[in-house]
Amino acid sequence: MAIDFLYPEFEVVRDKDKCIGCRVCERQCANEVHSYDEDLDCMVADNAKCVCCHRCVALCPTRALKIVKTNHTFRENANWKGEHISEIYRQAGTGGVLLSSMGNPKDYPIYWDKMLINASQVTNPSIDPLREPMETRVFLGAKPEKVEFNSRGEIKNNLTPQLKLDIPIMFSAMSYGSISYNAHESLARAAEELGTYYNTGEGGLHKDFYKYGPHTIVQVASGRFGVHKDYLNAGAAIEIKMGQGAKPGIGGHLPGIKVGDDISKTRMIPEGSDAISPAPHHDIYSIEDLRQLVYSLKEASDYKKPIIVKIAAVHNVAAIASGIARGGADIIAIDGYRGGTGAAPTRIRDNVGIPIELALASVDQRLREEGIRNKVSIVVGGSIRSSADIVKAIALGADAVYIGTSALLALGCHLCRSCQQGRCNWGIATQREDLVRRLNPDIGYKRLVNLLTAWNHEIKEIMGGMGINSIESLRGNRLMLRGIGLTEKELQILGIKHAGE
Amino acid sequence: MKRIYVDEKWCLGCHLCEYNCAFANSGKDDMSKALKNVKINPRIQIEEKDGISFAVSCRHCEEPLCVKGCITGALSVVDGVIEIDKDKCVGCYTCIMSCPYGAIMPSDDGVVQKCELCLKNSHGKPACVEGCPNRAIIFEEKE
Repeated sequence: MAIDFLYPEFEVVRDKDKCIGCRVCERQCANEVHSYDEDLDCMVADNAKCVCCHRCVALCPTRALKIVKTNHTFRENANWKGEHISEIYRQAGTGGVLLSSMGNPKDYPIYWDKMLINASQVTNPSIDPLREPMETRVFLGAKPEKVEFNSRGEIKNNLTPQLKLDIPIMFSAMSYGSISYNAHESLARAAEELGTYYNTGEGGLHKDFYKYGPHTIVQVASGRFGVHKDYLNAGAAIEIKMGQGAKPGIGGHLPGIKVGDDISKTRMIPEGSDAISPAPHHDIYSIEDLRQLVYSLKEASDYKKPIIVKIAAVHNVAAIASGIARGGADIIAIDGYRGGTGAAPTRIRDNVGIPIELALASVDQRLREEGIRNKVSIVVGGSIRSSADIVKAIALGADAVYIGTSALLALGCHLCRSCQQGRCNWGIATQREDLVRRLNPDIGYKRLVNLLTAWNHEIKEIMGGMGINSIESLRGNRLMLRGIGLTEKELQILGIKHAGE
Repeated sequence: MKRIYVDEKWCLGCHLCEYNCAFANSGKDDMSKALKNVKINPRIQIEEKDGISFAVSCRHCEEPLCVKGCITGALSVVDGVIEIDKDKCVGCYTCIMSCPYGAIMPSDDGVVQKCELCLKNSHGKPACVEGCPNRAIIFEEKE
């Protein structure tokens, strides 16, 4: 046997006084960490297999378990951190590209945490959302240039299709395949109850979910999986996915093992075949090409549905967004570099793209300068972690936000970042029947509804504090933000003043 | 009347219900204290085969064969709940033989035991239902 250079990252700590040997941990761990040792008459753990997903910890009836990060160490080195060394060992052993999932976990600046929100004092009254009406409803889509009248002096309806959101939060694209049937059902039912939308991702729409169509955004990505006329017309809007924050410039790959009967039918590909999404759309090499696809989709849906174009936040994002707005899109979705994924090359996830806060500020600024901000709505995603992040995003110029990771966390995800292994113990990022069953949508959808209801209360509370009673009045209201600990350049890009100014 | 129902679609076969049952009927206030080094003998039991599992406990039948068969009158129906009077039970096991669900079993104290919906123990409401992580066991009124 070859030498194993890697020491387990986590250690399972079991309180032997509390453990009653019920073996729930053993039955619930798809990574097969726990087992019962007959000779020792106690539970034992293989730490090397633990991914720190906390399934065993959460289900242990006596709270006898916890997972700790190992304090086993390499000789300290500020340059060659343990992570670098371990990854080299891993690649030297396999010759493969490192894979990981969910969002970029590296210690880059988080601009949300460097912005502070204003509140009213003395000179303008704050509003109590429990006593006075407070509007968080938004409409996404192009807004007309001007009010037009017909010959009889009546207002002409020159409004293009709009998406009506009761709360400024949507569930971002996660395909059936990358996440389970039950996770999708939870999202769909929650979107319906909340008066917002979930997004099919690129994997097509399962036949059972057509009934949630009015609360569905259907996606068309480079692989064109599951795209047909009924699919395009099933949703409330169509999203063209050009890129994704977790892996800008990279396509997708759903391994054949996950393409079972149901997924094969939904994606319209043979069972067991790898579902490979090319990195680019092979018919889009310019804004003009994109415009053709935008209008093809508008034709196919009889101009009744807004078209969203989703891009990853990259260096030149403002100019690209301008092109997209001119290309006929109704909504631009921008995904920051912290955005999640079911699998991405680690190096791409951790090193490509830019923060969503900066991308949003520069896109909004650019579109306003060009006088085309009304032509598109802006939706941002890529690590919206709380209602405060949402308020800040809207003040920076967003119309609404997409949440993916937060939604999965509500469903039980513990960010162990092992989705690519397909053994999600929480029944989310897996297609294994026994694991999918662990996510009961009756429970899942309620948790999503709870989360967004709570966030909506908080958004109203924060707006009330600022003396603002409608989310429309907050949008692009950058005077409500102040930077803290930011450089001149950062403040300039964000278009905000420093605290104290 | 409210009864315990199980849905095999959501049962994970984790067996937590068995342990919650054993704890609720142990009379102790701490699970580790109650069940450490104990081979549990729960009133609810998981049946599993070929990837399908579900929990089985007393159905509280409207026409219970166990009550009919009981030779000492230890089993009786009180407000729809089939209860056992352990003082009257002589351990003849007729009820065990007659229960079509296998939901009555010998108890550790010599006589028989069955699910009494946790009405008589310190828990007060079905512990298996409350502890089920995936809502596979529910306690509700159904026609």
